[in-house]
Amino acid sequence: MLGFAQLFASRLVKAAAILIAIVVMNFFLVHAAPGDPAMVMAGEAGAADEKFVTQLREQFGLDRPLYEQLGTYIGKVVQGDLGFSYRQQRPVWDILAERLPATLVLTLTAFILALAAGVALGTLAAVTVGTWADSAITVVALLAYATPIYWIGLMLSLLFSIQLGWLPAFGYETIGAGYTGLAHVADVAVHLILPVITLALFYMAGYARLTRASMLEVRSLDFVKTAKAKGLTQGRIVTRHVLRNAILPVITVAGIQAGQLVGGSILIETVFAWPGIGRLAFEAVLQRDYQVLLGIFLVTSVMVILFNILTDILYGLVDPRIQVSQ
Amino acid sequence: MTTPLLDVRGLSIALPPGADRPLAVDNLTFTLNPDEILCVVGESGSGKSMTAHAMMGLLPAPHVRVAGGSLLFKGKDVLAMPEAEQRSLRGGRIAMVFQEPMTALNPLMRVGRQIGESLREHTDLPAPARRARVVELLAQVGLPNPAELAEAYPFRLSGGQRQRVMIAMALACQPDILIADEPTTALDVTTQKQILDLIRSIQAERHMGMMFITHDFGVVAEIAHRVAVMRHGKLVEYGAASDVLNRPQHPYTRQLIASVPHYIEHRDDHAKTGAPLLVADKVRKVFNVGGGLFKKSKQVVAGDDLSLTIHPGETVGLVGESGSGKSTLGRSIVGLIKPDSGRILFEGTDLLALDRKGFRPYRRAVQMVFQDPYASLNPRHRVGDIVAQGPVAFGEDRNRALARARELLAMVGLDGSAADRFPHEFSGGQRQRIGIARALAMEPKLLVADEPVSALDVSVQGQVLDLLDDIRRRLNLAMLFITHDLRVAAQVCDTIAVMRRGKIVEMGTAREVFTHPRDTYTRSLLDAIPGKAWHIPVDLQQAPAGAH
Amino acid sequence: MMNSDFWRAFARNKGAVLGLVILIAIVVLAAFASVFFPGDPWEMATAPFQPPLSEDALLGSDMLGRDIASGIAHGARVSLLIGLTSTAAALAIGVTLGALAGFHGGKVDDAIMRFTELFQTIPNFVLAVVLVAIFTPSLTTIVLAIAIVSWPPLARLARAEFLSLRSREFVQAAITTGQSNSTIILRQILPNSLSPIIVSASLMVATAILLESSLSFLGLGDPNAMSWGYMIGAARTVIRQAWWMSVFPGLAIVLTVLALNLVGEGLNDALNPKLARSRG
Repeated sequence: MLGFAQLFASRLVKAAAILIAIVVMNFFLVHAAPGDPAMVMAGEAGAADEKFVTQLREQFGLDRPLYEQLGTYIGKVVQGDLGFSYRQQRPVWDILAERLPATLVLTLTAFILALAAGVALGTLAAVTVGTWADSAITVVALLAYATPIYWIGLMLSLLFSIQLGWLPAFGYETIGAGYTGLAHVADVAVHLILPVITLALFYMAGYARLTRASMLEVRSLDFVKTAKAKGLTQGRIVTRHVLRNAILPVITVAGIQAGQLVGGSILIETVFAWPGIGRLAFEAVLQRDYQVLLGIFLVTSVMVILFNILTDILYGLVDPRIQVSQ
Repeated sequence: MTTPLLDVRGLSIALPPGADRPLAVDNLTFTLNPDEILCVVGESGSGKSMTAHAMMGLLPAPHVRVAGGSLLFKGKDVLAMPEAEQRSLRGGRIAMVFQEPMTALNPLMRVGRQIGESLREHTDLPAPARRARVVELLAQVGLPNPAELAEAYPFRLSGGQRQRVMIAMALACQPDILIADEPTTALDVTTQKQILDLIRSIQAERHMGMMFITHDFGVVAEIAHRVAVMRHGKLVEYGAASDVLNRPQHPYTRQLIASVPHYIEHRDDHAKTGAPLLVADKVRKVFNVGGGLFKKSKQVVAGDDLSLTIHPGETVGLVGESGSGKSTLGRSIVGLIKPDSGRILFEGTDLLALDRKGFRPYRRAVQMVFQDPYASLNPRHRVGDIVAQGPVAFGEDRNRALARARELLAMVGLDGSAADRFPHEFSGGQRQRIGIARALAMEPKLLVADEPVSALDVSVQGQVLDLLDDIRRRLNLAMLFITHDLRVAAQVCDTIAVMRRGKIVEMGTAREVFTHPRDTYTRSLLDAIPGKAWHIPVDLQQAPAGAH
Repeated sequence: MMNSDFWRAFARNKGAVLGLVILIAIVVLAAFASVFFPGDPWEMATAPFQPPLSEDALLGSDMLGRDIASGIAHGARVSLLIGLTSTAAALAIGVTLGALAGFHGGKVDDAIMRFTELFQTIPNFVLAVVLVAIFTPSLTTIVLAIAIVSWPPLARLARAEFLSLRSREFVQAAITTGQSNSTIILRQILPNSLSPIIVSASLMVATAILLESSLSFLGLGDPNAMSWGYMIGAARTVIRQAWWMSVFPGLAIVLTVLALNLVGEGLNDALNPKLARSRG
């Protein structure tokens, strides 16, 4: 297991390096954002005279050279200080922390669902290749892959909430119901169904296509011939030999696409009024609240890094070779 | 006589429409008896593997299918059995070993489990007994620390070890028939010998019937009791090994045997005249493998203190097994690799001391013929252009270069229209001729040929070797001939250098190295040549090419 | 490479042919939008909230009486324009970086790949939103933002192609016959690496169209250009009253993206025949 610990450590180091790069990039974006913070502050204080603005600049170090400001900025970020939202009159981190759990629940559930269902459907398509089941899965995957996720969300809520009334169309819980305990969990779960399915559908389609292609490729490899020559049953060949090898590229792609999935939550949370940081991003865009927007950029990047570590670990568990070569 | 173990009667296997021929295997009939090794010999595309695949249910359905005939195992037609019964034969009564040990094992499953799977399928042994049996099997195929090895993943094993694992897997259920499909082709010659010895002793011990598929008559001479020669899906000659090897009847068999590379007696030693053309002096190259921002890279010494001399008109063979560093030296001479230290003197000038611009004139003088005829020609360029590109890069007028290219293509035995066609329209052997023409277009003094025939079929191999030999004598070219096959080196080289682990262990005339090897490694290489006890029938031996 | 073999291989894929037909129809619709629907798509054309198949509005009208069909036709222009230009920009960044990394290897490769990895880690849609929001929405900022978040896969692909081709023997032969680096890159490597890049580029146009529609759905579209995403975003709040306002623009996106994906697959079959053929 030493190899695994080393793998994990090297991943953490890499993640830290990427994180620093993202913080630096974020700093420059903050600078590029319109609206001099001093002017804004002065505006909020109702006193926009030159002298006061200059004083504010000195006070917040905005007259210092850029690299010094960068240093101060990184120091603040390390302490969890992501700036102050003057629109909401609250520290950015406090706003984000409040919204983060809802987004984590949504994206993680969707990620796992997309991966599990995608692999399952892709496998089914590969073993029934050329039949109606394969064609049906291929067509659905092709359609899901071509549809904007926010539109799928709208259409699903049009059908299941507005027309059929089966599921709630928006929100995180039934407002004013005051559920506690298990009833509360169930209530949240029901609200979660549509957003999760919508977010997962697009990626599920991608993973299904990839799994199918990968299975068909692995099926023609030499070691599968060996397995057949051993007289193993078709089922055992698929589960023990083909699937495990075919899943590796799917995990790699899932890791790479984690960023898109997290980004997609902006759209889903907007459609379903899910109170996470995606919905917050939409509000920040409407209000042109750049401090909050950049805070979201940073936090979602960290989320992607965590997803990547997750998929790396998953890959390391499936493929014994990785612990040696890396 | 008792019923044969395996009785193949009139077997035909159909290829999908649009293939180069309708039947992969055409009306094939042969038998395999217990306690017998039958070698099925043929070149690529002869249908020799298809037969084995049909027996194991491995034909790529639905494109390729059995079109007629029967495959009787102990008198019962395998092809007519229901799938479940066929499956119980596979891996149980009939087992198979494949060509590529590197890809034949599931990379994600411990080797012990992969062997155990066979037992799980075909026996009712409980799990602990299966595990014990796996360890026992691994010991039987001569693997060290079998208990530990059973827990290893395939990537930790060498090619030879993996092939032993494959054999252990095949033996797991004590099969009556063992099919071996070119099981040693992907291995180094010394490993090949060990595996052949293992296979032969296991077969004799267990009195199995064995169908051994190969393209190499040396291997046939080593192990066969009976031989079946196949060509284009048809059986052309079939008989006892001693008959086929020593008194071949069919012209195709005779041609195949004549093309087996071999040392030619009475070859004159090369008369070294004048100053050496090329001197490699203490060349050293270390590769850094892997490594990155946070991890240390592994160092692999590909060449250490390599010294070598080539005289005008001389052919020097550089022989070694994979990873010995022989290609590194060749690539250093043509300037594809920059060694870490040492000198490479060409007519007295140190090529390694030159900068890019200074080296450029020498590019013309030293040319290379590559190994893989499918990868060495740009698929999007016409053959004429491919040959003319070099001279054009050196300022030659394009039309003149193209005219010269046509002459050269004729010289290497291709017809006039070749220049206007694309590489994919040519066979492997023809492409290798184009590669030679490309090198000759530069009017080199030294030709570095890196395994130029190892990707070719035996009969084509012979033709390309003849061409190289003919050309170097007509143009008085010096040649560095890099090969893993001592027999090939013995046939075309004046001088032979033997490499092992980045070092030259022995260098001398071909005759000396062959008849009085000084180094123990050279001796083990010579000893490992398959079929060394067999002498090619005199009427099929080649004229001594070295006799001027 | 647009020869008869190519077309025969392409035509064998029925889906690809269907995709091409749809795509041509959309291009025609975009090109002649002003002929089919003269007048500004932002102007009131009929009464608000007209359902589909009304007299003045085939696909209905929105809350300001604007013709949905006219909006879709004009929106096709924006979608195709942004899809194509941002893909071209992403190709320029990605292929250049990838080719440099793959051809030179070593430290150059290391540095470029770290940079690429960074951009692949950043949630690309979030970055696109941030960039467009900060630099104010316009066609230019949208195209640049999409290009900036879309180039990494192209860079990785180009790098992989160059890396493998560089060590191929015909490239080494070109080195030993004294051809210059630029000749080797342009004549030997690039033509052989083009087909996978073309296939990816065709799929990227589809992704870019999806990205653009998502941005305008959030209100980050060019305020002067009618676009499909904007129409759906505007219709969201009135979906209970007027389903057609969001359904038809959405279908337009699905058709376009689907057509591009189908064409991309057809290109893949036609340009990489070894993958399509079952027997090697």
